[in-house]
Amino acid sequence: MPWRRIHLFYRFFEGSLRLWLSGDRWYWLWIAFLALCIGTGAAGYAEQLRGGLGVTHMRDPVSWGFYIGNFTFLVGIAAAAVVLVIPAYIYHWKPIKEIVILGELLAVSAIVMALLFVAVDIGRPDRSWHLMPFIGRLNFPTSLLAWDVLVLNIYGALNFVIVTHIVYRAFTGREYSKRFALPLILFSIPAAVSIHTVTAFVYNGLPARPFWNSAILAPRFLASAFCSGPAIILVMLQLLRRYTSVEIKMEAIWKIAELMAYAMFINLFLFGAEVFREFYSGTHHLLFTEYLFEGIDGHNTLVPYAWGSVFCSVTAFLLFLTPKTRQHPVTLNLGLLLIYSGVYIEKGVALVIPGFTPSVLGEIYEYSPSRVELQVAAGVFGVGFLVFTLMLKVAVPIMTGRFSLEKSPARAGRRAPGPAPEPEVAASGAA
Amino acid sequence: MSTGGKGVADLGVPERRDGPDAPGEGGCAAAEPAGCGPAMTRRELMRHAAVVAAGSWLASCDEATREAFFQKHFRELTPEDRRRVIARLETDAKKRTGVDVKIADTSARPGVEFGYALDLSRCIGCRRCVEACVRENNQSRDPQVRWITVLEMDKERGVDLSHADAYYDRETVPAEGHFYMPVACQQCRRPQCVNVCPVGATWKEPDGIVVVDYNWCIGCRYCMAACPYGARRFNWREPHLPAEEVNPQTHYLGNRPRPKGVVEKCTWCIQRVRKGLYPACVEICPVGARKFGDLRDPNSEVRYVIENKRVFVLKEELNTQPKFYYFYGV
Repeated sequence: MPWRRIHLFYRFFEGSLRLWLSGDRWYWLWIAFLALCIGTGAAGYAEQLRGGLGVTHMRDPVSWGFYIGNFTFLVGIAAAAVVLVIPAYIYHWKPIKEIVILGELLAVSAIVMALLFVAVDIGRPDRSWHLMPFIGRLNFPTSLLAWDVLVLNIYGALNFVIVTHIVYRAFTGREYSKRFALPLILFSIPAAVSIHTVTAFVYNGLPARPFWNSAILAPRFLASAFCSGPAIILVMLQLLRRYTSVEIKMEAIWKIAELMAYAMFINLFLFGAEVFREFYSGTHHLLFTEYLFEGIDGHNTLVPYAWGSVFCSVTAFLLFLTPKTRQHPVTLNLGLLLIYSGVYIEKGVALVIPGFTPSVLGEIYEYSPSRVELQVAAGVFGVGFLVFTLMLKVAVPIMTGRFSLEKSPARAGRRAPGPAPEPEVAASGAA
Repeated sequence: MSTGGKGVADLGVPERRDGPDAPGEGGCAAAEPAGCGPAMTRRELMRHAAVVAAGSWLASCDEATREAFFQKHFRELTPEDRRRVIARLETDAKKRTGVDVKIADTSARPGVEFGYALDLSRCIGCRRCVEACVRENNQSRDPQVRWITVLEMDKERGVDLSHADAYYDRETVPAEGHFYMPVACQQCRRPQCVNVCPVGATWKEPDGIVVVDYNWCIGCRYCMAACPYGARRFNWREPHLPAEEVNPQTHYLGNRPRPKGVVEKCTWCIQRVRKGLYPACVEICPVGARKFGDLRDPNSEVRYVIENKRVFVLKEELNTQPKFYYFYGV
């Protein structure tokens, strides 16, 4: 009955709206903060539209910067959030559904941010329709960027469909459809790996840039993403455990921390392999790594970031390797913070910029983001966190059973809190 | 002389300016009034869908802006389309520069494949080629856009890009112990920049020139990351060109005035060479270091150099197979 379905969905939407508009002081403070970020970003972007990308500090020698670095980092977050589903299945964790939902929600928000970072980076946003298959002239399969556009959009839509399905079903009091959702969930796992691989290949496939043209770039991308993605999930799980009635075992959290230690080991190992090759062979290709870690002729903007990133990653690795420190709430969260910062610097700063410095003709242009770039980035993160917050605001009460069709207040006279498993029947019976 | 002379010394120096300069062109730019012609292909139908999607926003734009927004890729334009597009672009150029700019769309001559040769033992690093190029190709004076980069190198080291200096003082050239290597687009047979473009806005013409459709480029700058020769330039701000310095003889794929936010590059003066003229840099070179011609013509200058001198290409290990040859003539 499509009419009933529409009515049902309307109830879902109405209930969600009510949830978004209700919250304590902290909730509104958080929303206000995000609104401020978004406003700042919008102002920055308006400035960029007027003045051109010249308001950034990107120039011909360093033609990609902070935006594309953030994009790369966020693709990693989107990929890794979903891959957590694998251990959840293997170890039969209790909060498996919660982990799936959280992972998918995070993936959707991260994809939104990643795509926004690409959108703000292009010089002619008015021509973005040129990228649409059939309508525009997408250079598929030759251009890796065309691949990236496709897989990211498909992946974002995939996760949105899955999570909406699970949450909406829970709202109507039904289990999610295994026949519909399970294949999609299983498909989302290789899809997660593939989006980050494709994003790595965007850089990897350029022989002009020796810093990126290394066969272990994609494995390194995946390893570092499997550190940073779960870091956010673990923070979320702890918050949910503390402030809601969602049942989450600490063992699950510790297990994820342990897996993160292994991922970080692989990440550091691959990094070490790269550093060995560069320094031992000492060819001209060493210049980029040199610029990153030592600076060249006094050009050393990136040096503190590079070492800071290594320090964060190594410390976090040690913290999570030792059972005692990964189970202690303070060191656990310190480790999460360090991992997040370490990988953020590694992907956001230490990947893109040294790829361009020195330039292909040997020029050193020291890039660091301009005020506008920081503003716009704040705006994009604001949008992403707002999307994430609003989705969580609906999903969490549904997970804990506080928000459902029966409990959502309907108009007077239509309220029928029947125990019936098929809410459509209950609703129509009351009418 | 007047144009290139000022500030050639800081050619290509990235400016760290904050804040916008002149107001950009209208927010909407680019396409084709949909809905003409009775027989509609699937593609056109999709285009219609796009029209609807962009509807309300475009409703506020005038006809020219709407046409610009929906303009098709250059290679999809019919001769009729081309005439209309070029007429619109000429009007637009007149509005922006105050000069009657003529935009040609001359095609490649069949059987021609252009090639270039540069004599490193003659070049004195005077940068006159850079000036001539800027004048001929209507490059932005503010901000400065230069298609040619001349590198000063140590004789001791030979061709070593990691020690090249693009910011040398040209008053003192040729400097003791140094030689000079001009670099611009190498017009590769296997151009990386063309492969990576996500929208096919850049391609290799039948005569071997790699071109950009400035009205199709989305400004993602992936081609700039892919080019091993640093040959591509981006319009970071609205390009500015004094009316008295405009070269009105232009080509759609070459030196017509460019918009903000798109990539441009050397085209070996496509507007000249397709008429049988030399590129501006070849003509101006005071020491005759630059040679140009048809690689398939056994009597061409460039063919002579290949047969009688020993040539090399830049970064041959990348297998881009440039048609730009360097040689030591003496």
